[in-house]
Amino acid sequence: MSLLKISDRGIYCEQADVYIDPWKPVERALITHAHADHSRKGHQKYMSHHDSVPIIKHRLGGVEIQGVEYGEQTKINGVTFSFHPAGHIIGSAQIRAEYKGEIAVASGDYKTENDGISGEIEAVKCHTFITESTFGLPVFRWQNQNLVYEEINQWWRKNKSEGKLSVISAYSLGKAQRLIQNLDHNIATIYTHGAIEAINKLFRKHGYNLPDTVHLGGNGKLKEEEGGLVIAPPASIGTMWMKKYKTAQIASASGWMAMRGTRRRRGVDKGFVLSDHADWDGLNTIIKETEAENVVVTHGYTDIFARHLHEMGLNAYTAETEYTGETLEPEKTEEKTEDEAV
Amino acid sequence: MKLFSQLFRKIDSTTSSNAKIKALVEFFAEADDKDKIWAIALFTHKRPKRSVNTNLLRTWAAEHGSIKTWLFEESYHIVGDLAETIALVLPQNQSTTHHNLDYWVNYIANLRDKEEHEKKDAVLSAWKSLDKDETFLFNKLITGGFRMGVSQKSIIKALSKYLSLEENKVAHRLMGNWDPFETEFSTLLLEENLSENLSKPYPFYLAYALDKELEEIGEPGQWFAEWKYDGIRSQLIHREGEVYLWSRGEDLINESFPEFSIIPQFETRSFVLDGELLVIIDDEIQSFNRLQKRLGRKKPGKKTLKDHPAGIIVYDILEFEGKDLRPYPQDERRKVLVELFNELHESLPLKISPLIDFDDWDELSDKRDSSRLIKAEGLMLKSKKGEYKTGRKKGDWWKWKVDPMTVDAVMIYAQRGHGRRSNLYTDFTFAVWEGESLVPFTKAYSGLTDDEFREVSQFVKKNTIERFGPVSSVNPTLVFEIAFEGIAESSRHKSGVALRFPRIKRWRKDKQAQEADTLDNVKSLL
Ligand SMILES: [Zn+2]
Repeated sequence: MSLLKISDRGIYCEQADVYIDPWKPVERALITHAHADHSRKGHQKYMSHHDSVPIIKHRLGGVEIQGVEYGEQTKINGVTFSFHPAGHIIGSAQIRAEYKGEIAVASGDYKTENDGISGEIEAVKCHTFITESTFGLPVFRWQNQNLVYEEINQWWRKNKSEGKLSVISAYSLGKAQRLIQNLDHNIATIYTHGAIEAINKLFRKHGYNLPDTVHLGGNGKLKEEEGGLVIAPPASIGTMWMKKYKTAQIASASGWMAMRGTRRRRGVDKGFVLSDHADWDGLNTIIKETEAENVVVTHGYTDIFARHLHEMGLNAYTAETEYTGETLEPEKTEEKTEDEAV
Repeated sequence: MKLFSQLFRKIDSTTSSNAKIKALVEFFAEADDKDKIWAIALFTHKRPKRSVNTNLLRTWAAEHGSIKTWLFEESYHIVGDLAETIALVLPQNQSTTHHNLDYWVNYIANLRDKEEHEKKDAVLSAWKSLDKDETFLFNKLITGGFRMGVSQKSIIKALSKYLSLEENKVAHRLMGNWDPFETEFSTLLLEENLSENLSKPYPFYLAYALDKELEEIGEPGQWFAEWKYDGIRSQLIHREGEVYLWSRGEDLINESFPEFSIIPQFETRSFVLDGELLVIIDDEIQSFNRLQKRLGRKKPGKKTLKDHPAGIIVYDILEFEGKDLRPYPQDERRKVLVELFNELHESLPLKISPLIDFDDWDELSDKRDSSRLIKAEGLMLKSKKGEYKTGRKKGDWWKWKVDPMTVDAVMIYAQRGHGRRSNLYTDFTFAVWEGESLVPFTKAYSGLTDDEFREVSQFVKKNTIERFGPVSSVNPTLVFEIAFEGIAESSRHKSGVALRFPRIKRWRKDKQAQEADTLDNVKSLL
């Protein structure tokens, strides 16, 4: 019997009686990262990487949560748990469980490029690897991220030269900080929507040196002709908040922008292909490096990706979970909490 | 190819036709003449023929992208476009060539009679030297499937701007069967063409939907009523022995409809007529489906012409013997039209639109209810004293359509969406009862809110019976009201009917599957 299995509440370790990223209320939850589909409310005790702690508290209110370091070992009922970098967002981790020589790892979400703030992913050797597959199709092959940043900078410079405001829609936790960290602040000011600024504030308070940004509040005023860049969560695009900016050029930064169909349906002026999830090659590389014989595929193009792994000689199968990975739909619950928090 | 690839990107990332026109003007200003010709040709469906079999392209792409064929096929299914799928699965590289569009079109044309291994070498070496966007365009060219979101009208507007030449002259010069391999930009567009004033159309007068009570528009006696047909609004020009047919999109479509070219053999009078282009057999108007078989098909074959003969139901005359009649009131134009038709040769595929007799609005309203029986979608009301206006204007013309037809149907298949919606089910197949069994009769997707989509997707996940790739068959439980504009017999469909503009009108949560309509109910609408 496997050390970690998928139950109807989450990824479950029976021996320790703890859940990883459960979607239904449980007693003890280990959390890979603070995105809403992995970190839900209603559990009695939480444990996560310490960088995720302030975000989880901010989003879920006063929960009982313990923060740990990468590599730090915690023993629960004979099972040794440890958190390892996943490179997905700040504080994201893969969770490793070991019991009597058997090792299983739950990946949460991960990416293979080091974005400068989320840490460098570590492939953890194991027998069973529970993996995401949001972009588990060979059509998703990311360009080197520096080329994408340069593409965004160029677009921003061009808008500025035409006296227009640039707006990028990006997840408030993860993508937003990645852009703030990596875009060229010499072009003009970067403004942030309240939902994003709230997260930035928490990271800055906990020692992250994010470059300066200016919070654009509810009645935020800015001179559009100065050519600034506004980073705003997907849910705010198209709202009154955005509509008052007449020159706004709107872009979306997401892995889904790789497909022409989504670019067009999304109706943005510009789509940049930038994801905090591993692409086809990234998924394959990490899975190979874990040397796992059993691979459980939890979300994304699960059927296709599992069949592919099966053909590569692995014992691969899919499992139904309630994780969503990267979507272009605004996550209602998440954004609401954040907007209220502003 | 760089310039053309930039143009494509710009056009592809906007829905504004002004932005598209701007991008085209910029392209025309920068590209060399040969590339201009190719851009025009590609945008106006004069694309070169496919020169490499698509199965070969799929195999080579999978091989070069180091993936199994089934993975390529699954990817293709999700992306939905062959050229794009190939561009995405190939290893990404930076562009290393500076050849123009003309070079690549010829490169591809030269492959046609080559051996398979020569084709393969040529295609692979192209893939290796082009970046992702260029590869996509190269694939579009080689598969002969080049379609882009640009209307002929936008091309004409852009050229008109770029050349400072009137739009109708540009349209006229783009007519005909010029071969892009043989044609120079300067001969096609810069030489004065003596006949181009002859083809010049008038702007169409377009009606608004009736948005008030009939009593409010005045006395019944002040109005003409005619059937409103579901065809293509067209303007037929006969001047100095030449015939031109314009569609409402202001496209010249004579080449697709050669049946009107016989007019000069029977008519010496010159005229400009406004009417509805339809497929008409023995005086009976056929469904829009059949007209679609004629649209966009230049030079239709004998069989097509025989099976789907086109005609025009004429309802207005804008010019007669050189005189512009548009400022004259509707009833006077009607008199001229009747006179013209009194002496029109019967072998011409033109019919005058009959006026509907009515004494009061109630009577007219009753008649409108019978629209579908004569394949009309409602009525047109025209003020007897109104002039022929320009563009969409309120006041003298109103369209008064009948309500869409609806059927309550059961969802039996659901298909995953593409891209960001790949975790949602967005395309559905609906069935109606035939005895004890459910017969699929239409697909529909639009019409649900995002929340409803999510709810339905949850249902599908829990109620899947069997999966066929992305399609799931589901327990027949959910009932939806499907609305549509038209229905026609169809041998291609199991149910024997094909719908026009089917969409989900609402989710009938109040109904059980057993309460859905029967196939006989549906056929009674035919
Ligand atoms: Zn995540």
